[in-house]
Amino acid sequence: MEHTIFILLLPLFSFLLIGVIDMDITKTGKVWSHKAAGLIGTSSLAVVTLLSYLTAYEYFTAERLTDGTFATIVPYNFTWLPLGTLHFDLGILLDPISVMMLVVISTVSLMVHLYSFGYMNGEKGFQRYYAFLSLFTMSMLGLVLATNIFQMYLFWELVGVSSYLLIGFYYTSPAAIAASKKAFIVTRFADMFFLVGILIFGYFAESFSFSFSGTIQLAEGAAAFQTVNISKEVAAAGFLIPTALVLMFIGGAGKSAMFPLHIWLPDAMEGPTPVSALIHAATMVVAGVFQIARMFPMWMEYAPDSLSIVVWVGALTAFYAAAVACVQTDIKRVLAFSTISQIAFMMVALGACLPGHGDHLIDNHSSLGYMASMFHLFTHAMFKACLFLGAGCIIHAVHSNEMSDMGGLRKYMPITHATFLISCLAIAGIPGLSGFFSKDEIITACFAYSPLLGWWMTVVAAMTAFYMFRLYYGIFWGKDNSEAYAHHTPHEASWTMTVPLIVLSLITIVGGWIPFGHLVSATGQAYDIHLNTQVAVTSSVIAIVAIGLATWIFAGKQQPIAQKMYAAAPRLHRWAYKRFYLDEVYQFVTHRIIFRRISSPIARFDRRVIDGFFDFLAWGTHRTAALIRNFQSGNVQHYAFAFLLGALLLLLLMIF
Amino acid sequence: MDYSQFLSMQAELSLLAVIIVLFVADLFMSADNKGGKGVYNTPLPVALLALHTLFLLYSLCPQSGSCHHALSAGSAFGGMFLSTPMTTIVKLTLNLGTLIVFLMAHRWLSREENLVKQGEFYIITLFTLLGMYFMMSSGHFLMFFIGLELASVPISALVAFDKYRYESAEAAAKFILLALFSASLLLYGVSLIYGCSGSLYFADISRFFPSVDALFLLGVAFFVAGMGFKLSLVPFHLWTADTYQGAPTVVTAHLSVLSKGAAAFTLLSILIHFSFNEIIFQAWNEVFVWLIIASITVGNLFAIRQRNLKRFMAFSAISQAGYLILPILGGTAQGMSSMVYYLIVYTVANLGAFAVINTIEQHSGKLLIDDYNGLYRTNPKLSFLLTLCLFSLAGIPPFAGFFSKFFVFMAAFSAGWHWVVLVALINTVISLYYYLLIVKAMYILPSETPISPFRSDRYTRAALFICLAGVILLGLVGSLYTYIDTFSFGV
Repeated sequence: MEHTIFILLLPLFSFLLIGVIDMDITKTGKVWSHKAAGLIGTSSLAVVTLLSYLTAYEYFTAERLTDGTFATIVPYNFTWLPLGTLHFDLGILLDPISVMMLVVISTVSLMVHLYSFGYMNGEKGFQRYYAFLSLFTMSMLGLVLATNIFQMYLFWELVGVSSYLLIGFYYTSPAAIAASKKAFIVTRFADMFFLVGILIFGYFAESFSFSFSGTIQLAEGAAAFQTVNISKEVAAAGFLIPTALVLMFIGGAGKSAMFPLHIWLPDAMEGPTPVSALIHAATMVVAGVFQIARMFPMWMEYAPDSLSIVVWVGALTAFYAAAVACVQTDIKRVLAFSTISQIAFMMVALGACLPGHGDHLIDNHSSLGYMASMFHLFTHAMFKACLFLGAGCIIHAVHSNEMSDMGGLRKYMPITHATFLISCLAIAGIPGLSGFFSKDEIITACFAYSPLLGWWMTVVAAMTAFYMFRLYYGIFWGKDNSEAYAHHTPHEASWTMTVPLIVLSLITIVGGWIPFGHLVSATGQAYDIHLNTQVAVTSSVIAIVAIGLATWIFAGKQQPIAQKMYAAAPRLHRWAYKRFYLDEVYQFVTHRIIFRRISSPIARFDRRVIDGFFDFLAWGTHRTAALIRNFQSGNVQHYAFAFLLGALLLLLLMIF
Repeated sequence: MDYSQFLSMQAELSLLAVIIVLFVADLFMSADNKGGKGVYNTPLPVALLALHTLFLLYSLCPQSGSCHHALSAGSAFGGMFLSTPMTTIVKLTLNLGTLIVFLMAHRWLSREENLVKQGEFYIITLFTLLGMYFMMSSGHFLMFFIGLELASVPISALVAFDKYRYESAEAAAKFILLALFSASLLLYGVSLIYGCSGSLYFADISRFFPSVDALFLLGVAFFVAGMGFKLSLVPFHLWTADTYQGAPTVVTAHLSVLSKGAAAFTLLSILIHFSFNEIIFQAWNEVFVWLIIASITVGNLFAIRQRNLKRFMAFSAISQAGYLILPILGGTAQGMSSMVYYLIVYTVANLGAFAVINTIEQHSGKLLIDDYNGLYRTNPKLSFLLTLCLFSLAGIPPFAGFFSKFFVFMAAFSAGWHWVVLVALINTVISLYYYLLIVKAMYILPSETPISPFRSDRYTRAALFICLAGVILLGLVGSLYTYIDTFSFGV
């Protein structure tokens, strides 16, 4: 597994290469620079993808250990910064979930790299774009391969920075700048809790490593992990480790856009659409889910009760985001809220894990949610990336994000239409497609946790089917915008853009049939997924009904029912459209209360007292410097005299 | 006689071989033989020194894979000469520094008036290096003194290298006079120590001399003063600014890093020998606390007011020397590793800054901070490099300087010197101010007569590349510190 190092190094090198060197060698025009930067980025990513597949193949075909789990392999680990007993390590760790994430990230990233050739063609800053994509990919891969929570945090921040850079890619647009700042500040705010959680954890657990039940195969020469060593007193105190874990969860909730920290994600759609597909749908936003999964053994052992926080935050977010998605008119916003809702599904599933019976803390049956969550992460990444990339094709064709400018596009863009439909069916949970399997497992886990939660999530699943088909009909059916299309006929995108769509939709079709439980499960032992017929039938029926409802309301050229519904509940519609005014609440709290009442008095104190003190220091330093400069006379005799005095002074110091 | 003891001197012998080869080469290939055109110029000495460095690296980690143990000391001449893996690491560092100095000296040595002297430059510099080797490996005061003088007498020749330039001659005169003064004082101190204890072996002095009297302490005080001169610690620093300003910039760079590193390491290893005696150990710590604080603070205070970059770097170096010997307090193994790490980082960062200053001086003759106004517009790469080096010197996080300061502070902190660390930390903030003054000049202040754009020669670029790589990579590759740590020893 030594080759895994190249999975990190290749994107790093391509970032440095594309970022530092001007590709426009010929100095004649921009064409060459486009191609070179894109080719370097894409080909290095292609190699990374191959390596990831190779790693996954080798890892999952290797012999299982005697207890039925896959070994955790650590090909590299070295001490980066020793801090007394604790130390920060950097390395690479392979276990089922990190290998699964490798495959997801490299696949989606490669598709996005390829897609961007067409989508970003002719954009100013093409080279910069590819440099940032490489940086992001490197950071995200580093995040999932981290051997300890601190390394994860480092790459977590790097991911945040590259997300910031890419959201603000169109830096001349004020909206993009505002969105990038918002994303950065909100996630940084959450990350502060993450850091505090890490420090508390490190202090009391005497380690930054994750805790593993299984065997760890350290490579020769790699620094050994510090074992998580939670003393009986700390465990008995009962709140220290749960506090640390919940603080880490807040960090994860910021990155994964959980209510009420979700406000940055819809705005982040100001970035280029392929970026939304990669970062804000498939990979970065699931970092929070991944983090919970990483710390899962700790949660189960020390904080099983606190997991209910995860459940209810997730359940609320899922419902809220689905409700908002039902009325948005900007297609990327619909997809953004859909993403929030789907990630919340994963969170709910992780939270809905119960401790096992008997002496096993974790067993596959009561912790079905773990597997379901990871499975949904995998399938969702594929179909949501496909949806976003499809949306990109549409935006490219009609030059607008608004549904009102679209309609009837199925005739003009057949490939986009077909792939979009497949992904919509998958996310709606139509049997046979990947989303059905994973969502079904989640809802089964929810029913096992509590019937209320089960029904709640079923309703959200129905809403998902409804808003997705509202979107689908709004784009591809409905009225034909013939006057708008007259002077600019929409056409199918180039092959670089359609090939990723086809690949991703194929994965969506077959992805559900992967024996996922055999690869990833809570204990690591193989787990056979068996569909719960009751849940499967209920949710399929509900999905079909919701799709039918959407067809009835939105498929026609005129939409009288929709108009009537808006008219019947104008306030509800308005509130949902305005996302229940949460952004305004944030504005009020930050500007009116925090800035005015708290920050400005502190700023005044800072300016008067603290700056004053430092000004005094600076003044004193300057005065002293002026006073003692005469010692430096330039006269050798004086120097020698001072020298002798100094030596005698030393003697005095020694004697007394 | 047991000739195998020469094996422990392999570093010195191989350096001597390099010197001899250069000496002979200089006879037959020097400039006056070939009508004024230097034949062997920079490549030959650089290649030989690089070869020597590789040899040292090899001897540090033999092929069999079994690296030396920390205390597997080789000794020669009945313990007068001691060699440990740690001294080899420091020697390697000094080698690297000398290599960088050679690279950056190219353009200066290619001047017409220096062409005939370039052979001397290399040989004299290498002799100082040889002296430092002996000084660091000494186990006996005589060996130590021979090494010390071998390292410092040739330096005065280097300072006077531009002998027709008034400033160079003045700087050399001041340096020689004060070096003589300090050497005589040091020698007097050593003779007092010998008179009291009856031995010149470091290891014996504290072991066989349990009672300590004032005369002995006077000896120690004179000895410390002499070393303080080499390290340019306050109050033995007064020569520094004048000499640094007057000496050729390449020589200033050499002075500011190499002799300091050697002296600091020697001090620490002698302290560890002396630590058997509780009273000396206490007195020593007591003295160095004040020397360190005075050096860091006074160096900073003076640096703020300098307008000439070489003077500025002189005071910055005084302050840096204070940080360098901070881990002497307590004399722990952790202290030794942090000091060596600090030295490595300081070598690349300071020599990088000097390489930029030197190349600008060679091309435009400008040396004032005000001349650097607007440098970013005309020479963006050089300004960027200088900025990185200054950031590293100031200890700003992602760069190596942050980690080296961090380790030094950690060492002093865990040895119990909390308040000293606090003072040093405050001084770090002050130092940030004056380092940033230069950055401000380069990036923000406008200039009507900026330094015109130029491309530096390839040797300077190689030197800058090494320094840049060091400044960036040493911080990221933390395993270097762990590696050094396996060899360190202490009280």
